[in-house]
Amino acid sequence: MTDAAPQAVKLAKPRSQWADVWVQFKSHKGALVGLFVFLSLALFVSVGPLVWTKDPTFINPDAVTMIKTRNKPPSWEFPLGTDQLGRDMLARMMKGGQTSIAVGLTAMVISITLGTFIGVMAGYFKRLDNVLMRLTDLFLALPLLPLLLVMAMLFRAPLSKAFGPEGGTFLLIVVAIGLTSWMQAARVVRGEVLALKEREFVLAARSIGTPSRRMILRHVLPNVMSPIMVAATLGIANAIITESALSFLGLGFPPDFPTWGRLLFDGAEYIQQYPERVIWPGVAISLTVLSVNYIGDGLRDALDPRIRGR
Amino acid sequence: MKLKTALLGAACAFAFAPAAMAERGADGNVKVLYSQAVSIMNAYLSSGTKDVEVGSLVLEPLAGFDEVGTIFPRLVTEIPTLENGGISEDQTSVTWKLKEGILWSDGTPFTADDVVFTAAYCMDPAGGCAQLAKYEGVKTVEAVDPLTVKVTFTGPKPNPLVAFVGAESPIIQKAQFANCLGAAAPTCTDANFKPHGTGPFYVTDFKVNDSVELAANPNYRDPAKPNFATLSVKGGGDAASAARAVMETGEFDYAWNTQINPELQAQMQSGGKGQFVTGFGTLVERIEMNMTDPSPDLPEGERSTAMHPHPILSDVNVRKALSMAIDRSLLVEVGYGASGRPSCNLVPAPAIYASPNTDCMTQDMDGAKALLDAAGWVVGADGVRERDGKRFKLVYQTSVNPVRQDFQALIKGWWNELGVEVELKTVDAGVFFGGDPGSPDTFQKFYADVEMYANNFPGTDPEPYIVAYTCDKAPRPETQWQGENINRYCDPVFDELAAQLIQTKGEAERAAIVIRMNEMLTKDTYTIVPLVDRGRLSAHSNTLGGVVLNVWDSEMGNVENWFRVK
Repeated sequence: MTDAAPQAVKLAKPRSQWADVWVQFKSHKGALVGLFVFLSLALFVSVGPLVWTKDPTFINPDAVTMIKTRNKPPSWEFPLGTDQLGRDMLARMMKGGQTSIAVGLTAMVISITLGTFIGVMAGYFKRLDNVLMRLTDLFLALPLLPLLLVMAMLFRAPLSKAFGPEGGTFLLIVVAIGLTSWMQAARVVRGEVLALKEREFVLAARSIGTPSRRMILRHVLPNVMSPIMVAATLGIANAIITESALSFLGLGFPPDFPTWGRLLFDGAEYIQQYPERVIWPGVAISLTVLSVNYIGDGLRDALDPRIRGR
Repeated sequence: MKLKTALLGAACAFAFAPAAMAERGADGNVKVLYSQAVSIMNAYLSSGTKDVEVGSLVLEPLAGFDEVGTIFPRLVTEIPTLENGGISEDQTSVTWKLKEGILWSDGTPFTADDVVFTAAYCMDPAGGCAQLAKYEGVKTVEAVDPLTVKVTFTGPKPNPLVAFVGAESPIIQKAQFANCLGAAAPTCTDANFKPHGTGPFYVTDFKVNDSVELAANPNYRDPAKPNFATLSVKGGGDAASAARAVMETGEFDYAWNTQINPELQAQMQSGGKGQFVTGFGTLVERIEMNMTDPSPDLPEGERSTAMHPHPILSDVNVRKALSMAIDRSLLVEVGYGASGRPSCNLVPAPAIYASPNTDCMTQDMDGAKALLDAAGWVVGADGVRERDGKRFKLVYQTSVNPVRQDFQALIKGWWNELGVEVELKTVDAGVFFGGDPGSPDTFQKFYADVEMYANNFPGTDPEPYIVAYTCDKAPRPETQWQGENINRYCDPVFDELAAQLIQTKGEAERAAIVIRMNEMLTKDTYTIVPLVDRGRLSAHSNTLGGVVLNVWDSEMGNVENWFRVK
């Protein structure tokens, strides 16, 4: 009898994909804690030195004072103690973390980009498959350390000349680690792509004439995101540890340039008397690796539409 | 009174000594740990110290060196000298008189033929004898009679007692090695692993790169020795774990080369289970100054060669200032503790060859700054000195080693205070000392401004070591970058002294020349800046007696006198 006024349909705000991902990510406790820890570490190494302004390489020029401040336990003056030359461990941890985290992230980005590119190419284009996978096998068979030795010998001098000793070494190390650790990612991605290619939605997309470039970016890549994420998180850990090994062999950064790996190796000699000197960098490396792993785990779940929302 | 005390002391010594050294083999087993495992018992096929030293338990030279570097007879009746006619007047031959009645461990007699054979074995052109340098200049070795050996040289030799002296040139048994000459040498595994010797022990079991079991030689010339019936040598681990095995867990009685940081030394020593023994030889940790320009802008083949003098370090006052800024006692305290002492000399020992030079002992930062100011290097805006637009920047390289990295950090700090910019570089020890002419990172190529390492000379004669700094011994492309004159030091006066030294006979005159040459390299020109005289550090348990650390010969040189403290 009355014209019912058309009820305004209240449409829920369309949910964006990334909001969904965040909701799912939030529900993963480990990932949240991991994110918190990683951000704290990042803040510690980036903002820390602005607050704690001691010079990490400062050695007291006065011999008597220097002898007195060697191997100090934690105190208000030196919150993490001092090393065998009286250098402040807290400042060294901050400075070392900058390098280690930067090396880890950059090398991971290089290796994942390369691994994903090669994996997708090999999986998607049948013609390239054989060539690229044999190349992967070849790289897997290469002994890593001699290869790095050769790279360091050939490129160290020109790179340090162009970018300074620290910049040159940084570039050399991240490229060297990136170039020698993409193979696992490539293999995993190729396997996933091969399986995806046979799925109906890919067939459907192809039937409407989607070009390869769009197919890869739109349909394939988003679906192989989860293995890539896992490989990436493992890659960061790997890169930090490889950098430590290189520093130990004298191929890494100059010795007065602290990194977590170098601090660990320097402290190893004193492990019996001053275990905290190994514990600080050891805990920092472990926390970084662990937190990044949890973040990766949470991201994988959040990015997978089949898990999301359950 | 004094005489009485002395007599009493002597009586006591006689009363107690026999208790410890009663008869052969009375003290059971002694365990020795070498942190580098032994791979062969024949010193002629390995230059590794561990092989030479463990080999010296079995094989003996004609004469050895004692702990102060004095030569003493082992298998001969006396040391040949000019006075007793053992060394010919023109110094072209040496005659050794062998002791009578010495037997090999298999019971056959030791004769002059074995000595002649030993020389032939090492000097065989087809064999790669690791100790060939010991036989340099030897023309012939002949057996005059079964107990007399005559060594003739190609020319007069100022120091003729090199061959058959010291653990590096022991006598091997002719009967056992007869088929092992030349290229066949490495194939005689049984002889190389279980040689018959004249020493206090013989091998009962040999595991390559693992362990050696030895037993007292039943035919050893002193019937009361050795005191131990068996000796086990185990290899592997590192210096710290070796020290721990003796000083803390007590698993071993003796550990070789336990070079660990001073704090750990003190901590282990306080455990009371054992003690460290130190002996100072000729090993000197030093900074070498590059007299040529290592700039990467120069083409390969000209870089670090005499073609281009160093733009900064060519000035002696600059080098002197860099040396004056260093506090050597602090370096010793941080790096070596009891096993090091500050040194200003390249040749720190034997005593008669050591210069009394101590001018570098105290740090003088103000003096160093004044020297640089006077040399025209003025402090620029960012605290780095400059002269004519050229920055005072040095690349300072060394091998990877925790102590060296600490030294680098400390010295960089002092040099920074002087207004010198320092870039540190470390190279893997295998590459740094590897001598590969294709690598840019070897210490011989010296593509850096200053570098730090340690070097010494074997035996007690510094001649070959010091004459290595003549102009023609500089590493350069024509010599495949080989040569001992790392600094490319070149002074005609020095070359003349070197030529003079080679021809000089008397020990006192030789010592005077060596001291002069040493001072020319160190306090006159600061081409070489010595830092620390490094000693040998080994550890033995408190229950092992008779240990004397000998740095001039094998550490096992007096093993027959070791005994169990009861």
